[in-house]
Amino acid sequence: MTVAVFFGCTFIAFGPAVALFVFTIARDPLRVIFLIAGAFFWLVSLLLSSLVWFITVQISNKNSATQQTGLLIFGVVLSVLLQEAFRYGYYRLLKKANEGLLALSQEDTMPISIRQLAYVSGLGFGFMSGAFSVVNILSDSLGPGTVGIHGDPQHYFISSAFMTLAIILLHMFWGVVFFESCERQRWWALGAVVISHLVVSCVTFVNPHYQGSLIPTYIILSIMAAWAYLCAGGSLRNLKLCLTCKDKDFLLANHRPR
Amino acid sequence: MNTSDSEADSYNERSALVECESPTIPSYNQDHDMSLPQETDTKRRRPVSSGLDEPGPVERERASTPDGEEEELTLKYGAKHVIMLFIPVTLCMVVVVATIKSVSFYTEKTSQRLIYTPFEEDPNSVGQRLLYSLLNTMVMISVIVVMTIILVVLYKYRCYKFIHGWLILSSLMLLFWFSFMYLGEVFKTYNVAMDYPTLAMIIWNFGVVGMICIHWKGPLRLQQAYLIVISALMALIFIKYLPEWSAWVILGAISIYDLIAVLCPKGPLRMLVETAQERNEPIFPALIYSSAMVWMVGMADSSNPDSADERLRNEGGALAQEGVESEDDAAQGGRRRCSAEEDLEEDRGVKLGLGDFIFYSVLVGKAAATGGDWNTTLACFVAILIGLCLTLLLLAIFKKALPALPISITFGLVFYFSTDNLVRPFMDSLAAHQYYI
Repeated sequence: MTVAVFFGCTFIAFGPAVALFVFTIARDPLRVIFLIAGAFFWLVSLLLSSLVWFITVQISNKNSATQQTGLLIFGVVLSVLLQEAFRYGYYRLLKKANEGLLALSQEDTMPISIRQLAYVSGLGFGFMSGAFSVVNILSDSLGPGTVGIHGDPQHYFISSAFMTLAIILLHMFWGVVFFESCERQRWWALGAVVISHLVVSCVTFVNPHYQGSLIPTYIILSIMAAWAYLCAGGSLRNLKLCLTCKDKDFLLANHRPR
Repeated sequence: MNTSDSEADSYNERSALVECESPTIPSYNQDHDMSLPQETDTKRRRPVSSGLDEPGPVERERASTPDGEEEELTLKYGAKHVIMLFIPVTLCMVVVVATIKSVSFYTEKTSQRLIYTPFEEDPNSVGQRLLYSLLNTMVMISVIVVMTIILVVLYKYRCYKFIHGWLILSSLMLLFWFSFMYLGEVFKTYNVAMDYPTLAMIIWNFGVVGMICIHWKGPLRLQQAYLIVISALMALIFIKYLPEWSAWVILGAISIYDLIAVLCPKGPLRMLVETAQERNEPIFPALIYSSAMVWMVGMADSSNPDSADERLRNEGGALAQEGVESEDDAAQGGRRRCSAEEDLEEDRGVKLGLGDFIFYSVLVGKAAATGGDWNTTLACFVAILIGLCLTLLLLAIFKKALPALPISITFGLVFYFSTDNLVRPFMDSLAAHQYYI
């Protein structure tokens, strides 16, 4: 039973992300490196926000539960803002690195385009964020125990898995939209990304009323998916061609072996 | 259990990133008969110059290709080699973490210690514990320094047989004794009934094939697998027998020592590197993990890649003594050769000392052992990989021997302590309320 829950939740949470990794990223070493670097940047942002939270907790009243919850909420908001700040920092770093590489190689094309970098870095952020959110919960789901024995919600594991799935995919979409908006200097889009991240995080404050948190999260996920698709150059026409398998020539003509 | 000195040598390896330096083809062919004694000294774990660029002869030939293509190729090969090092480092860490989490033997603290850490830490007194861990570190580091100096002296005076014997003894111990212990503990954990004859056969086969692969010839992948396994075994021994605080201080001290030994002009490892380069000896496979290297003698007629590949495979048998071959690199080289029409061509590879594997795995294993938190383990893992990436970047820039421990271990230590103390309470509180960031 516990093993089934463990595997089920693991596959729910990480299935699509791992599939994306295996099919699109694993073959290209440069993308793997940028994925891991993206994960590292997320980690550093988490470290900073934990540091600030830890300091505020130390100087606060440890006995007051409301104060602790308030500090935690503050920590969440700060963490979201820091994550987006580090995403921007990673974007600047990648731009600089790309320019440097371009200058060195004296070629017209860069080895990896900024859009691919957006996707890869978003997925890196997502992987790390998802892993940190859910891995401890998954390892607990293996061990002996009863869920919700003290009246806590029964659906803890599965809701965590679905939330993690949403967060990973959201990070990927946010990465794409973020980089695109930075490229095109559309600051309102940037703000929209940050605000949607804040909304997704704040909506989890109503947990364990999962219908209040999961449903808005998935709605935002679909909106961001569509937006990222449009940013990446997709359109309804492309979609139709792709689905009706009429786009072979189109794909072949645009295929760039890398 | 007091471990013997031979064990000390096998983990005496310092880490360094090593370039696949290719001696020129003529010298390889000449020295083919003498490959065994050569191998012995090459087996010395040496941090040889690392770099991802090409040596002299090929540079001249490459001058014909446009610079942009060369940079592009360098970049692509750079990324490929980073991944070729990421994979074994990740595998080694995965083996160590999986063992630590499942087999409780390696996390049980006993009163037995290694002879290199003679002072026993008293958990009650912080000051005494700190002092004893510093003393343990000093003992360990001085043992390592002494061993390395003896190594350099032996190598300089060409006592190859002695070095060869020493290395064989240490790998014998790792492949037979430590793997027997490991297998015994795994069987105990999973309650598997095993009889001695079967066990003897398994260990015998495993050990003999390992000795052959590492010290003589064998398929590249098998040799790489064995090197990963012995690094993991060594790391597990360290995790078990090093006292808590001593282990962390030793990790820090080892990185500093590595930095000094490889970069200072009079550092023992640097002297080893330079002596090896002066003698123009091929790098040995036994105590250095190599990602890929293939030697190819160019063909005038580049129109039949099949026979080229076949020749490469035949040569691969002879080359396996070097322990490094990669068939798809051979094929790639074949294609490049066809396009460039060169006489000599070789593929790049990067080598990483086994000491690096061991100490990375010790860090991640200790992160996994202390507390049940997976976040700390993940954070250390990512930190070490990023450190390795940065080190390889520096390698590509500076093109000389570089220590691979300092950056990774520093990142690893910083992330271990900060994740354990700062991030863990934060994430635990978030998980308790099911808040997501």
